[in-house]
Amino acid sequence: MPDPMRIRASEKDGIVDVKILMRHDMETGQRKDAAGKTIPAWFINQVSAKVQGRDVFNANFGSAISKDPFLNFKYKGSKGDKLTVIWTDSKGEKRTDEILVS
Amino acid sequence: MNQQRRNLLKHSMVFGLMATAGLISTSQAQEWSKAAFDGKSLDDVFKALNTATPEKSSAITLTAPDIAENGAVVPVGLTTSLKAEQVAILVEKNPNTLAGQFYFPAGTEAFVTTRIKMAQTSNVYFLVKAEGKWLMTMKEIKVTLGGCGG
Repeated sequence: MPDPMRIRASEKDGIVDVKILMRHDMETGQRKDAAGKTIPAWFINQVSAKVQGRDVFNANFGSAISKDPFLNFKYKGSKGDKLTVIWTDSKGEKRTDEILVS
Repeated sequence: MNQQRRNLLKHSMVFGLMATAGLISTSQAQEWSKAAFDGKSLDDVFKALNTATPEKSSAITLTAPDIAENGAVVPVGLTTSLKAEQVAILVEKNPNTLAGQFYFPAGTEAFVTTRIKMAQTSNVYFLVKAEGKWLMTMKEIKVTLGGCGG
């Protein structure tokens, strides 16, 4: 099971500000290990965020998103809603985390 | 008939049904485009995004450094007054040009911040799709230490 994400979602004047930090190595497929062998690419390629089942943000990543990817976005919403964030990586691994908007 | 093909058919049917049943909305079905992410040049990516070279727009405001000390972590962001539905970030001199695509469903602000890797000093293109049309703005970010390979 991949490491949990750190998510912060706070509402101000009807706008929810969401900050997400995912834990992932985001291997580009360009690096070589000590033996000179190429380390295969392995990175998060899709992220989706939903509030009460409604899509509020989607992203597709390439390998050029930094290690431990960070995202910040804003949507119209209210306090107390449940925000669900799901990522999928290029090996098909998944991680889902939920948080209540504060 | 070949088993893989059968499975593919089965999966695409299930996916289609989920889409019709409203279990997944259209924006969620945004596919990870291999053609776009494998693009090795700006033109490859423009082609995969189905656009000619986008026009420059002054309505896109960037948050990006002039100089990045560490190419592995370059904070970039943008906000725009355009009715953006999608944003794409392209690094001209990276091995793969397209870094990421971001989708804003209705009700989401035309704003995003993330962190990207840059192999070397390069022009970074920020594309915004608004009302079906791609627009862009560009900024050169100088990198003192590369973020790929090494």
